[in-house]
Amino acid sequence: MNIHEYQGKTLLRENNVAVLEGVHCTSVEQALAAYDSLGSKVVAVKSQIHAGGRGKGTLYNPETREHVMDGGVKIAFSREEVENYATNILGNLLVTIQTGEEGKVVSNLYIEAGCDIAHEYYLALLVDRDNKSVLIMASTEGGMNIEDVAHNTPELIHKVVVDSNAGLLGFQKRDLGMALGLQGAALKSFGKMLSSMYTMFLREDCAMVEINPLVRTGNEEIVALDSKISFDENAEFRHKNWDDLRDLSEEEDVEIRAKETGLSYVKLDGNIGCLVNGAGLAMATMDVIKLYGGEPANFLDVGGGANEEQVKTAFSMILEDPNVKGILVNIFGGIMRCDIIARGVIAATEALSLEVPLVVRLAGTNVEEGKKILSGSTLNIHAADDLAEGAQKIVALIGGEE
Amino acid sequence: MPIWIEEDAKVLVQGITGKQGMFHADKMVEYGTNIVGGCTPGKGGQTVELQGKTFPVWHSMAEAIETTDADATVIYVPPPFAAEAIMEAADAFDSIKGEGVIVCITEGIPTLDMVKAVSYVENRPGVRLIGPNCPGIITPGSTGGAKIGIMPGHIHAKGRIGIVSKSGTLTYEAVAQTMSIDEGQSTCIGIGGDPVNGTGFIDCLAAFQADPQTEAIIMIGEIGGNAEQEAAAWAAENVTKPIVGFVAGATAPPGKRMGHAGAIISGGKGTAEEKFAAFRAAGIACAMDPSELGKVLLESLKAVGLR
Repeated sequence: MNIHEYQGKTLLRENNVAVLEGVHCTSVEQALAAYDSLGSKVVAVKSQIHAGGRGKGTLYNPETREHVMDGGVKIAFSREEVENYATNILGNLLVTIQTGEEGKVVSNLYIEAGCDIAHEYYLALLVDRDNKSVLIMASTEGGMNIEDVAHNTPELIHKVVVDSNAGLLGFQKRDLGMALGLQGAALKSFGKMLSSMYTMFLREDCAMVEINPLVRTGNEEIVALDSKISFDENAEFRHKNWDDLRDLSEEEDVEIRAKETGLSYVKLDGNIGCLVNGAGLAMATMDVIKLYGGEPANFLDVGGGANEEQVKTAFSMILEDPNVKGILVNIFGGIMRCDIIARGVIAATEALSLEVPLVVRLAGTNVEEGKKILSGSTLNIHAADDLAEGAQKIVALIGGEE
Repeated sequence: MPIWIEEDAKVLVQGITGKQGMFHADKMVEYGTNIVGGCTPGKGGQTVELQGKTFPVWHSMAEAIETTDADATVIYVPPPFAAEAIMEAADAFDSIKGEGVIVCITEGIPTLDMVKAVSYVENRPGVRLIGPNCPGIITPGSTGGAKIGIMPGHIHAKGRIGIVSKSGTLTYEAVAQTMSIDEGQSTCIGIGGDPVNGTGFIDCLAAFQADPQTEAIIMIGEIGGNAEQEAAAWAAENVTKPIVGFVAGATAPPGKRMGHAGAIISGGKGTAEEKFAAFRAAGIACAMDPSELGKVLLESLKAVGLR
């Protein structure tokens, strides 16, 4: 789960990480009031969307698609500039390398005081699979795309693996700071910031914290100038406040509803809807559809113990996508019994008066009963014995390759 | 001889009085697993009925292992308490027997809880953790066998193919594929797809290589991370038995999480393409479609004179 920069900044401030003064706004008037209250001559006017690449993004009118302004993060040197930038950003569509062409309408702004930057660094904390520990990454190449830095100059990325029993140790903070060329007051400030950040990472169940750039100011203080924070959704049960931080406009409506029903759904661009149990098998089903010349319309995992109602919800979600021209159901029954799935499929197709071709592949627990139920129905359901046959059938039924 | 879990291994069930725990404990007894009881803190002294037989429940894992001399435990405890259950089992196995296998089925455990739990288990070298968020481990027997997890028991048969997979239902798919060419399984392990877990691919490959019953291996990976690439490189140097591989997620778009936390392509890394390439470079025979695993396995067995 991702949160906005302004929310991240609040979290950082609460956890004793130095950030600049800033105000969250949703209107031009608020932006001007924020400018007045900050008392800083120079401020940054920052679009708040979850996707990265905001600074290099472009704003368009959402209806006419007319170009409005280059750059979703602007430095304003006067009240007039704040007004101008806020007007150009709010309510308009911001397209960045991460949003795709459709972009994202900006409804939140962050007005932040300026500061005297001596150097920009990169800092990230994440859970590293290889070491099964929290990994801290830092680089002197702040403000850059870190993937490019990792690719072109990997020696400029410094890493520290935190032992979960010992915690973040003094020498690790010093080593990392010195690798960035910090000394004196700045090194001390960096160490303090790192401790606070690590404590926050654990306390808030973060999945990733990325600060790009992290800056050293003219006064040798280390300050987080940006913040990209995501939480580990598995830990939601112990963070009741996440509900308030969640911006549902940043998530696909159908994906939210799927989650509420206990299904896992991701929309894709193809025309063959898939309904599968298990994430691995769901991915494999998409892969095989593609292998036989089709394009999957979605990833949909109904989980290990779906009931008739969930199967019905899954079908209706697939059918909401106007691109869907056919559906492939692929179930390997373990806990889930094929006869229950078969009944669910029939109930759903009847209730939704399904018009697109449907191929069902059942295997595993109670497969014979499941097949009998399907073949006994008068509905137009095509059976398949294995995944390859299922994929080939549905691709053929919707008219082969596009 | 199979790996880690013998056909007659003595197995405890943590969370045996819960709905999930009881349902699956019953299925395990039905399959023939030697369940010796369970553990639910606060419910010690009670009993549960499974397949018409009565099984004892203990307050603590220490008590349960002291009494039953169990070899393994399987965890069906809800996510908020699952990491603690793993650590309790690890402590009890380590202090009482110096060894034991912990299979954690629970899905949705916070990652940082697992960082702690995995480190705790790794500090107790005789203890092995499989999972979390996995179907478990099964060693089919001549009659019955040891099914420790949620997989459908009836699709398995004793044989010589070792299977290791990140994904649950794809493991079943692989099992069905071995059966389609009249081959059974030595041991099948679902290692789970979470970013931080216990036993990994390399542990499984090493054990299969050392196991005389296993003559060929199926390895199934998915997008995210680079465990598959590392396992492939390790296998190239250390495994002489034929390996057949598949990786799920070739069509998954980058940055989108596919069902579970581990299955995400981030920063352009962990793609199926990279993983297939690593498999091929290591001499692993790849199936591009899980329905072809059987065919590719048969060819691999023939190539080394095993068929």
